[in-house]
Amino acid sequence: MAFNVQAELRATGDLGLIIEREAGSALIIDTTEHKQLARIDKLGDLSHASVVFSRDQRFAYIFGRDGGLSKIDLLQDKLDKRIVQAGNSIGGAISQDGTLIAVSNYTPGGVKIFSADTLELVADIPADYDNGKLSKVVGLVDAPDQRFVFSLFDAGEIWTIDMSAPKKPKIEKFKNVGKFPYDGLITSDGRFYIAGLFGESGLALLDLWEPEKGIKRILPDYVKPDEQLPIYKMPHLEGWAVADDYIFVPAIGKNEVLVIDKQSWKLVKAIPVAGQPVFVMARPDGRQVWVNFATPENNKLQVIDVKTLNLQSTLTPGHAVLHMEFTPRGENVWVAVRDDDQVLVYDTHTLKEIAHLPAQKPNGVFFTSRANKIGF
Amino acid sequence: MKKTLLLLCISLNCLAAEPTSVRQAELRHLLKNDCGACHGLTLKGGMGPALLPDNLQGKPDEFLINTILQGRKGTAMPPWKAFMNTDDALWLVRQLRKVPQ
Repeated sequence: MAFNVQAELRATGDLGLIIEREAGSALIIDTTEHKQLARIDKLGDLSHASVVFSRDQRFAYIFGRDGGLSKIDLLQDKLDKRIVQAGNSIGGAISQDGTLIAVSNYTPGGVKIFSADTLELVADIPADYDNGKLSKVVGLVDAPDQRFVFSLFDAGEIWTIDMSAPKKPKIEKFKNVGKFPYDGLITSDGRFYIAGLFGESGLALLDLWEPEKGIKRILPDYVKPDEQLPIYKMPHLEGWAVADDYIFVPAIGKNEVLVIDKQSWKLVKAIPVAGQPVFVMARPDGRQVWVNFATPENNKLQVIDVKTLNLQSTLTPGHAVLHMEFTPRGENVWVAVRDDDQVLVYDTHTLKEIAHLPAQKPNGVFFTSRANKIGF
Repeated sequence: MKKTLLLLCISLNCLAAEPTSVRQAELRHLLKNDCGACHGLTLKGGMGPALLPDNLQGKPDEFLINTILQGRKGTAMPPWKAFMNTDDALWLVRQLRKVPQ
């Protein structure tokens, strides 16, 4: 033997994590073999968890609801480091160069930025407004030129932070963007940041190539106050859905997916769907858009045909379909079905189930291919 | 029979009809997952405020039941009346007031 074999050799490019909400654990999975490799425990409250990956795809960073930030080593199946950095958190992002991890916090409202290597604090940015109040922070994404962009839910603001000089974060604030921005997305080219508004109709758009032009409001009147339906679950914009010059976003207070033209920023079509959309995600090639829903329609998934902008199919994967993740080139989609304690794998071409894995109350699936995508 | 009981309850302004054990399990599930989506799995808060017994002190049952059933205008709290009745909401409020094990 030319080398000493101590463990099974493993590359990380087709690995991923399944989050187990109540157990506070994560499964390391092989996306090609459809199998579980390891379970990592003691990750805290993962009832709203998201994950980013180091650019070498060796480490996963899990953002927990309880302010926990856990760094998982996918090569060694172990928890590498863990800190609890706030009382209540909602997600995070990794910087363009992979050296910084930013976390968006509800309590205390703000963003904290850590070394991706050591998880030591690099910058603490309170989301202050109105003479010392702190706003909950949502929709935090990475952007080109070593920036982070996020929205202040309570303050109705969008901020950008330039971390080119980590000791001197350069903050730019955009005020009065609209009432209660609830989440944000960045387009895959890193140019446009869009925040969805909960408190009023429409979305707030920031062109990062021309920030001096300020915020543009789009679709200001797609829903009239008197026709707004109750919203049983806050939609997500993370996992942009940009396909064929269109951006697909969940409507707020209507059972529709909105199709917006990326050139004119006008509404092209409102596609009626089964319920209130939560995740609206494009298959990586943009041919299909997949949608899941808030309760009570959360047993369904619907697939939109991007060529015709019509519904192509309705699937019923099971009870409480919470999240989905496409393989890098989109031949499969993995679907977390919380109340059935499993993750299903679908062939996106035939729309047939091809595999399933047991998982305890899964609420999220995240693949290492996110490491190389802006906004993930 | 059920209808008579219900009528009796209304006429006596009775709120204490305890949900069946099956219904209680459904409500617990809803509390953990749907309420938990905003208020946190451990009810320590998130987009919505914390719902631990200390946080609810000084807030009367009627106020909390009304918040659950009708929602709160100007916030992210939706009305849940399509999914439960007053007895269910009262039962949830009583669960929330108990110190979690």
